[in-house]
Amino acid sequence: MDGDRASVLGSRVLRMEDHRLLTAGGTYVADLRVPELAGAAQVTFVRSPIAHALITGIDASVALGEPGVVAVLTGRDLGDLNGQAGQPMPEPLLATGRVRFVGEPVAMVITDGRYQGEDAAELVSVDYEPLAAVVGFGAALADETLLFPDTGSNVVATGGDEQGAGDAMFDGCDVVLGATFPNQRVAPVPLEVRGAAAAWADGRLTVWASTQNAQIARATISGRLAMDQAAVRVITPDVGGGFGAKIGTDRDAIAVAWAATRVGRPVCWSETRGENLVAMTHGRSQRQTVRIGGTRDGRILAYRLDFVQDLGAYPRGAYLASLTRLMTSGAYEIPRVRCGYQVVVTNTTPVDAYRGAGRPEATAAIERAVDMFAAEIGMDPAEVRRLNVVPPGSFPYTSPTGAVYDTGDYAAALDKVLAAAGYRDLRAEQARRRERGDTMQLGIGLSVYVEVTAGDHASGETGKVEVHEDGTVTVSTGSSPHGQGHATSWAMLVQEELGIPMADVTVVHGDTDVIPRGTGTYGSRSLQLGGAAVQKAAAAVREQARGLAAELAGATEAEMELDPRLGIWRVRGESGTELEWGKVAGQAGIEGLVADVLFVAKSPTFPFGAHVAVVEVDTETGKASLVRHVTVDDAGTLLNPLLAEGQRHGGIAQGAAQALVEEVLYDPDGNPLTATLADYATITATELPSFELVASQTPTAVNPLGAKGIGEAGTIGSTPAVQSAVIDAVAHLGVRHIDMPTTPQRVWAAISAAAISAARGGQ
Amino acid sequence: MKVEITVNGGQLATDVEDRMLLVHYVRDVAGLTATNVGCDTSSCGACTVLLDGESVKSCTLLAVQADGHDVTTVEGLASADGQLHPVQQAFREQHGLQCGFCTPGMVMAIVSLLRENPHPTEEQVRSGLEGNLCRCTGYHNIVRAALAAAGPAHPRGQDEDRPGGGVAP
Repeated sequence: MDGDRASVLGSRVLRMEDHRLLTAGGTYVADLRVPELAGAAQVTFVRSPIAHALITGIDASVALGEPGVVAVLTGRDLGDLNGQAGQPMPEPLLATGRVRFVGEPVAMVITDGRYQGEDAAELVSVDYEPLAAVVGFGAALADETLLFPDTGSNVVATGGDEQGAGDAMFDGCDVVLGATFPNQRVAPVPLEVRGAAAAWADGRLTVWASTQNAQIARATISGRLAMDQAAVRVITPDVGGGFGAKIGTDRDAIAVAWAATRVGRPVCWSETRGENLVAMTHGRSQRQTVRIGGTRDGRILAYRLDFVQDLGAYPRGAYLASLTRLMTSGAYEIPRVRCGYQVVVTNTTPVDAYRGAGRPEATAAIERAVDMFAAEIGMDPAEVRRLNVVPPGSFPYTSPTGAVYDTGDYAAALDKVLAAAGYRDLRAEQARRRERGDTMQLGIGLSVYVEVTAGDHASGETGKVEVHEDGTVTVSTGSSPHGQGHATSWAMLVQEELGIPMADVTVVHGDTDVIPRGTGTYGSRSLQLGGAAVQKAAAAVREQARGLAAELAGATEAEMELDPRLGIWRVRGESGTELEWGKVAGQAGIEGLVADVLFVAKSPTFPFGAHVAVVEVDTETGKASLVRHVTVDDAGTLLNPLLAEGQRHGGIAQGAAQALVEEVLYDPDGNPLTATLADYATITATELPSFELVASQTPTAVNPLGAKGIGEAGTIGSTPAVQSAVIDAVAHLGVRHIDMPTTPQRVWAAISAAAISAARGGQ
Repeated sequence: MKVEITVNGGQLATDVEDRMLLVHYVRDVAGLTATNVGCDTSSCGACTVLLDGESVKSCTLLAVQADGHDVTTVEGLASADGQLHPVQQAFREQHGLQCGFCTPGMVMAIVSLLRENPHPTEEQVRSGLEGNLCRCTGYHNIVRAALAAAGPAHPRGQDEDRPGGGVAP
């Protein structure tokens, strides 16, 4: 850009989105009062109450006689559209023949009113012939009961290194340790549940969906309903959180869209939280076996991870295992690394992306293994990490599983976080409490992590910038905000490039008629791809404008300059030649002053960081309280630190939640035990401290902004640090491991077991 | 059954189904959709409104129980000239919201909390918000917003480790 001025980039700019959200509230799917949805009927799903059963009959006759009932639709009504013909494990829109998890949609009741729908859905009589349920890793692998008998196995896929392969990899290690533990199933719990609305008119289907990507949703809906993409318009209103679980669109929303084509009026659907907790996808759900070996002086020589990924009833998230494998060795340079996995189906809610999607699992596994190794050789876990992290001079670093870490300084991140936490003082305080035998013991947990963002960099992202004749700007983005603050960030980029104030920049997204090409928001991709596209489009607009301004001024392009503070063009050094943006835009005529860019990055980026968690554990009750959480989360160059910190805060909380309290549970018959927010322990304000964030910016060269993703890093770093802190608090009592979540019961049981073991050992 | 409920200062007399929840009355009868429904067990607090000045979860009351009473939602919080309520202002300045779904309920819960305890400690704010879930912010900036709205009298002061909120664009 011409001239000097204070850059807005890197500033703590308040959000442009907030005034509306704070005074009128957002417009989420359930809030839509648009004319196209006038007189819309309500959709209520009839869902399976049994984990595994044959459907032997559906009788809707009683329900159809109830007040306000418009229709009851089943898989039979969908005909050929229902199935996924040719797929080995097809997932129908509405279950026919067999149900595979509690919550699976079986029928749709369409009513005038919401309450009528709940009444009538209870009167749809479905006959089930129960089958044995496959619940848990062991039952899945045993293959005694099959979810899809034609396939011959519950194993969807295997990958990586075979079991037993490379046993010699631990030769030469002074110490070899192993353990098996779960990375438990958790629920995403966006505060807005799933919802969709649809209208069918003149051969076109318009779908309003709570999704992270309108364009992907359109492809899925048109594909499943055998329609031309051009016949489907998807609109994304405000979205109340996604966390990966609203990528694309679920079968429920596709069925709702289809219903609009059947009942002669628009339809609306908002699920209940009870439905959300059993029918929105869950996250994590791995059983991990780690083996780690090294020298007594702290060098890790070999690490192996074998895991089973439970995908629930349908293999939507089959890619998750490969992401875990990719990040096997984490932030460490380990000479010999192997990873193998099996992916299975079970009679539980399907598992798919949830904040981190495969990377938190990998990080939790290796961080736990490193802590076990440190404990075994009697070395401080910080020192073991410092000895083994990838050294700063090694970037780009190709990991044994083929990930190419772009930039980083992991030892520096560790040193910064240790200094900020006052690590030495914390250890001294811990020693005092141990010596005194305090009831309230202190635990300190560490993690050093690296993760991958914009893994699908090749899909890129679109950004279109148009300057209007009144001097205002419209940015159309293929990215899809649901809390991240794109309207603010993209306006900052435009102000930077064009000198047009943020207040004059409107950002639009999530309408496939307006923005036909786009990929959306997931995998911490938005700024580095979508933001880069906006920046490039704005720069292209500036260069177009230079030519137009030159025409207007009767000068050459080289003579034109843009005053970035005033947003005004002029001939360099000649006063009285000032041209406002609106005038320049007018010169563009019918073609407009506009640039539409698809930005594709050449590779993913690898954010990294280090966390210190401090917990207090009441050794009499087992209750663990997180009292401090200090982090370095380096995501390259920051556009708006205020927003980046917000992403870190939310991420840390969700990661800590997995370590401390959250877990989706089933009984042996596949009945969900955590199907309400009264049962699922969603983390609250009382269970968290304020977080202590340490700044660190190591740019990447992968995109022009120097930015990496920040949406998931907090989650990836915090889970292992918090779990480790809880274990550390009671390590002196003989405890070496506690599964997540580290509930009071688990902690208390671990202390008791260690005491019994010590007593026996002493006899 | 006929009910007369004052919502954000305007009186409304309507026939409602006996079983209609207050939150559905606010959203569907009064047409004020900022108040959200986030669960069905009174756990999440997204539906928090003020009933005669005190916070209630409007999914836990029937509309008929609010007959003759006064309901305030987030739409009724800013002054007539558009000036934000101090809690709304603090949410903006402290980046206390991301997706915005929990926000109306959070704001109303904090308005009520600060009426009962004008200068709470951080611990008291956290305890007061136990019934309001947020999945985006990790509560950090919501707590800061509540403390900022309360003003400087709270004993612990601002965090030392980082600068405060942001600057207006």
